[in-house]
Amino acid sequence: MAAATATRRQVAPILPMLRKQSWAEFIKLFRVPAFSTTSIVLPSMFFAFIGLGQAKQSMGPNVTFGQYFLASMALYGVANVMVLGFGISLANERGQKQDLLMQSTPLPPIVFFIAKALSALAIAFLALVVLSVFAAAVGGVTLTASQWVTLGARSMLCSIPFIGLGFALGYLASPNSAPAVTNLIYLPTAFASGLFFPMHLLPQFLRNIAPYLPLYRGAQLVWDSVGEPIAGGTISEDWIYMAGYTVAFFVLALWAYRRDQGRKFN
Amino acid sequence: MVELEDVTKTFGPVRALDGVSLRIETGEVVAMLGPNGAGKTTSISIMLGTRKPTAGHARLFGLDPRDLKARGRIGVMLQESGVPGMLRVNEIIDLFASYYPSPLQVAESIKVAGLQEKATSLVKDLSGGQRQRLYLALAICGNPDVLFLDEPTVGMDVDGRRNFLAEIGEFAAKGRTVVLTTHYLEEADQLARRVIVIDHGKVIADSTPAEIKARVAGKHVVFSTTRPLTDADLEGLPLTGHQLNSHAVRLLTNDPETVLRELFRRGIELTNLEVAGADLEEAFVAMTHSEARA
Repeated sequence: MAAATATRRQVAPILPMLRKQSWAEFIKLFRVPAFSTTSIVLPSMFFAFIGLGQAKQSMGPNVTFGQYFLASMALYGVANVMVLGFGISLANERGQKQDLLMQSTPLPPIVFFIAKALSALAIAFLALVVLSVFAAAVGGVTLTASQWVTLGARSMLCSIPFIGLGFALGYLASPNSAPAVTNLIYLPTAFASGLFFPMHLLPQFLRNIAPYLPLYRGAQLVWDSVGEPIAGGTISEDWIYMAGYTVAFFVLALWAYRRDQGRKFN
Repeated sequence: MVELEDVTKTFGPVRALDGVSLRIETGEVVAMLGPNGAGKTTSISIMLGTRKPTAGHARLFGLDPRDLKARGRIGVMLQESGVPGMLRVNEIIDLFASYYPSPLQVAESIKVAGLQEKATSLVKDLSGGQRQRLYLALAICGNPDVLFLDEPTVGMDVDGRRNFLAEIGEFAAKGRTVVLTTHYLEEADQLARRVIVIDHGKVIADSTPAEIKARVAGKHVVFSTTRPLTDADLEGLPLTGHQLNSHAVRLLTNDPETVLRELFRRGIELTNLEVAGADLEEAFVAMTHSEARA
């Protein structure tokens, strides 16, 4: 047996597999209009509703409401893709028992997860580009080149902990409850983190818990990139929080994944 | 190739498999036959490594079935597994082919499964039968040495089933190994050279289709009697099973003519006589009982 199999390649090369899997995951998401339009267009739509009318108003010494709200929606948009893109699509795939067939193929689970993460990052990036073009062209928001780059980079980096959260929700929620559960968690925390209304308009109890929310920490980082000074604390403190959330959410995701696998495949 | 060694699998209090040992060699076409809930799917899952045995061992090509090297040499069709609806047929076959070390060309998989006309359709737009053929394409696209098919023809119409079985036959003719589960005896008979009958988590027969058929292709004879019968009244009859319930009698036999002639000769008066082909479930019950007695 050893002699017979030695002449033959035993496992498929990983890179082409990852490339095809990532592309497949991307078009799977992209071809569902309910998902792709909401995740790509929604941040721009919110910007149109809330940001356009007062884009030129001053928010502080060197930031306009347009700039501030562009940063808010950039973060909202990328995290939205991760939480909803993963949470709901993963829960649906489990509901349709797609994992059953995948489990019996030689696809390494890690390739599957990386592909899912890459495809969601790509959709998040699209949402970011659409929002930026819209804010600049229609809202007349101006940023320096380095501010654009910093905003883009920080938004994408801040989406990473939400990949973990999305995975965790995808394995914890049932297909039917996933949309409700994810929205129930995501929307209120987006409000409580000051993404839609400036923090000082929120009730005191929300302002007290806000600093412990990942979106709040991410918001400080993206606002800082467009010139709004950090509200209490420092940039490095926010990065540390984000790193902590990343670890915590990925550990949660791993636990949820193992729990699901244990249930199904033992 | 495929080996189960004294495998037991329990789900809570349910004993799905109870000390199953079997070996399947290269080039064999094996049908695992049994009623619903007999343990067929569990056996396949353990062979594939998608479930862990509670006790005992499973080997695939001498490896742990979960080893990706083993997985790279098998193709699988599972009951009720889903596939992404938003991919096109050719896209998903191309994707699955990339998982395997020496896959078939996508066009060839499509042709074998007879999906040429649907190659660029979205998976969600396929009919039930077409979807089943897609599963076949996904199972063979890795050019596997062993094909596992769990109830592959469920939901197919007569033509679909015939074509499907012909394709599997062609695949097997190339010297590949095929393991399929079914609860249709005809299907097992048509395709397999070896039939393993499973019931209540145990292997109750393992032989050629012809032998199995001789044992299960019985008739049942149902009637009422004017006086209650006892076992003694049935002594020496060619029966494979019987149920006596005061005046109601239910017999299972391969030779109903002889049984009836003998009953009349013994002066037993019958009413409401009914003779019909035994269904497989009943035949299994008879087989299990006869095994237990033997």
